[in-house]
Amino acid sequence: MTGKKAVTLFVPCLVDAFRPEAAEAVVAVFERLGVAVGYPEGQTCCGQPAFNAGYRDEARRAARRFLRLFAAAEAVVCPSGSCVAMVRHHYPALFEEEPDWRELARRTAARTFEFTEYLVDVLGAEDLGASFAGRVTYHDSCHLLRGLGVRLQPRRLLRRVKGLEFVEMKNADCCCGFGGAFSVKYPDISTALVADKIAWIQESGAEAVVGGDLGCLLNIEGALRRRGLPIRALHIAQVLAGERFSREGARP
Amino acid sequence: MSGVRTERYVEEARRGIADPVLRRALSGLQERFGRGTAEAYRRLPEGPGLRQTAHAIREKAIANLDLLLERLAARIRGNGGEVFFAATAAEAVSYGAEVARRRGVKLAVKGKSMVTEEIGLNPVLAAQGVEVVETDLGEYIIQLAGETPSHIIAPAIHKTRNEVAELFVQKLGIPHTTDPPRLTHAARRALREKFLAADLGISGVNLACAETGHISTVSNEGNIRMATTLPRVHIAFMGMERVVARLDEYEILLRLLCRGASVQDIGTYVSFIGGPRRPEETDGPEEFHLVVVDNGRSRMLADPRFREMLSCIRCAACLNVCPVYGRIGGHAYGFAYSGPVGAVVTPLLTGVRRGRDLCLGETLCGACKDACSMDIDLPRMLLELRALLAAGDASWGVEPTGGLEGRAWKLWAGLVSHPGLYEGLLRAAALLQRLLPHGGAGWIRRLPPPFSGWTQSRDFPPVARETFRARWAKRRQEAGRG
Repeated sequence: MTGKKAVTLFVPCLVDAFRPEAAEAVVAVFERLGVAVGYPEGQTCCGQPAFNAGYRDEARRAARRFLRLFAAAEAVVCPSGSCVAMVRHHYPALFEEEPDWRELARRTAARTFEFTEYLVDVLGAEDLGASFAGRVTYHDSCHLLRGLGVRLQPRRLLRRVKGLEFVEMKNADCCCGFGGAFSVKYPDISTALVADKIAWIQESGAEAVVGGDLGCLLNIEGALRRRGLPIRALHIAQVLAGERFSREGARP
Repeated sequence: MSGVRTERYVEEARRGIADPVLRRALSGLQERFGRGTAEAYRRLPEGPGLRQTAHAIREKAIANLDLLLERLAARIRGNGGEVFFAATAAEAVSYGAEVARRRGVKLAVKGKSMVTEEIGLNPVLAAQGVEVVETDLGEYIIQLAGETPSHIIAPAIHKTRNEVAELFVQKLGIPHTTDPPRLTHAARRALREKFLAADLGISGVNLACAETGHISTVSNEGNIRMATTLPRVHIAFMGMERVVARLDEYEILLRLLCRGASVQDIGTYVSFIGGPRRPEETDGPEEFHLVVVDNGRSRMLADPRFREMLSCIRCAACLNVCPVYGRIGGHAYGFAYSGPVGAVVTPLLTGVRRGRDLCLGETLCGACKDACSMDIDLPRMLLELRALLAAGDASWGVEPTGGLEGRAWKLWAGLVSHPGLYEGLLRAAALLQRLLPHGGAGWIRRLPPPFSGWTQSRDFPPVARETFRARWAKRRQEAGRG
């Protein structure tokens, strides 16, 4: 394996606040692969919530902070498709009129990777030696799938997990209805979307739904819990890092 | 423009969601056409990359729109047709109404046309005593029912077979049947009489070609061909963007249009019309008018953020994949254009502030972009519209949103710039959340406004006792000690 690699971790604000064990799982996976992990302290949010709401000056403020913090990184790795899509696609556009920042944004965009994309496409790692007992289905988050074109990588990683039975759900690529502030401002539409997603997950017979974006997973898990369904919603890093990372309220 | 109801998006969406018949119909439509269109793009001899070629063709056409329209108009006039450039919906409608008055029109037959829905043509003609009959089967059904289209290509998708049966019993006086061929037959018989008696034919334009000087229409029922050849007068209404330079470019767009609209290699009837009947011809109208409708399109053309919207040829492929459209239905969008295309073009045509819920009430999932036959980046324009709402924009007459929302985002930007403060707030939230009603594993049952929308149907996750930031700091300290 490529022992000389070093990654700089960007932990999305949702993971940081609501599922820190997913970020710890990312660290554990890299350490097992012999990849050095850095974490610039002082990181908060990539700016995506403000950007999606139309507040570009506010998004730029967060983006500048991000770009300064990660300027020296060899590779920025982030366990979220939508944050990486923000950095890769929207940062260069946000700084269209500021040549120095635009240049930095472009360079950073080219060095920023989503977690599973980095594992499979850059490190060439698929079998991470993890095990997970149970039947698992995968939800394609919109920005990971359509924004970054990452579809096969997470599936290949999951298929190599010992004891894990992988099943595809119907319409795995259909939006779960999260959409950030959308889920709060347009709850009726958001609810209708997540209700269908839950039905498809149930139909698949999976005991856990796995994904690469915590926003979707919290939306799905919130709906699962409200219905009292015993299906779990896990970040893919939690599955790949080993079972102690996917336990309820895990504190490995 | 009349009939704009974009401010009712939220309540109309709720009504659509509550309608299980609509959900079944839209789910069936999306399963057939949504997946089918993606497959049809893959099967193109040139491959799915033809959409990017088409995008470039459209961009070039839009950049040269003035020249192309001039050339198209010159050729049509050379063939004895009339061309009228309408700056507004009102101008376009009065031109049509004036032609009808001058020719003493009593009965008009119409081919399916979204731009005439946009400009509100039918009510004005009806008010001057012209009977206007829609001849596309779906449009005919909703006209009989007194409704508006809920899909650009399948306007009556929200009606069930039973509803159509009831409607035909009442309006056409036929015996009750739910057999689609019999219902179609009844409509055809009624419509044939109208075709033969009409003095005016009205159509839209799918695409026009400047090089040849033709407009063209595409249908599967043959109704547009009859509507445009049988009556003495034909008026075609065209959004000013629907022109391409050359016939070889037109051919690419036509193939993509048919795949995007209905998963067909080509529509059953593709007609090319360049003017009125020539002396040596036996069929066709005595008079031909092309009304080129601006109605706000020049403003899109002038704005690089939204110019791309003029590349749209209204194939409706985006409706057939949009998860939001698939739940709320077309009427929620409050105007002629629904789905992702409607969410962008309707606010631009009818008012951004008024249509703010169309701009914000989408998940940005990107399925529309992948489905678009012209490879248009609709999510990008939704984001631009949101930015325009937040910051305001004088050229679009939009005041900044400001208020509490504006202040909240300023506060947010301050917080994410001060990690200490940010971490402190998360600590406080982790403590305070215990006061909220919660269930298993601390998941919150009910959040206060403005976040209550989430807990309407979902539990909300508790903030972790220790963030990753804090865990990492602790780990670093331990490593330092070790």
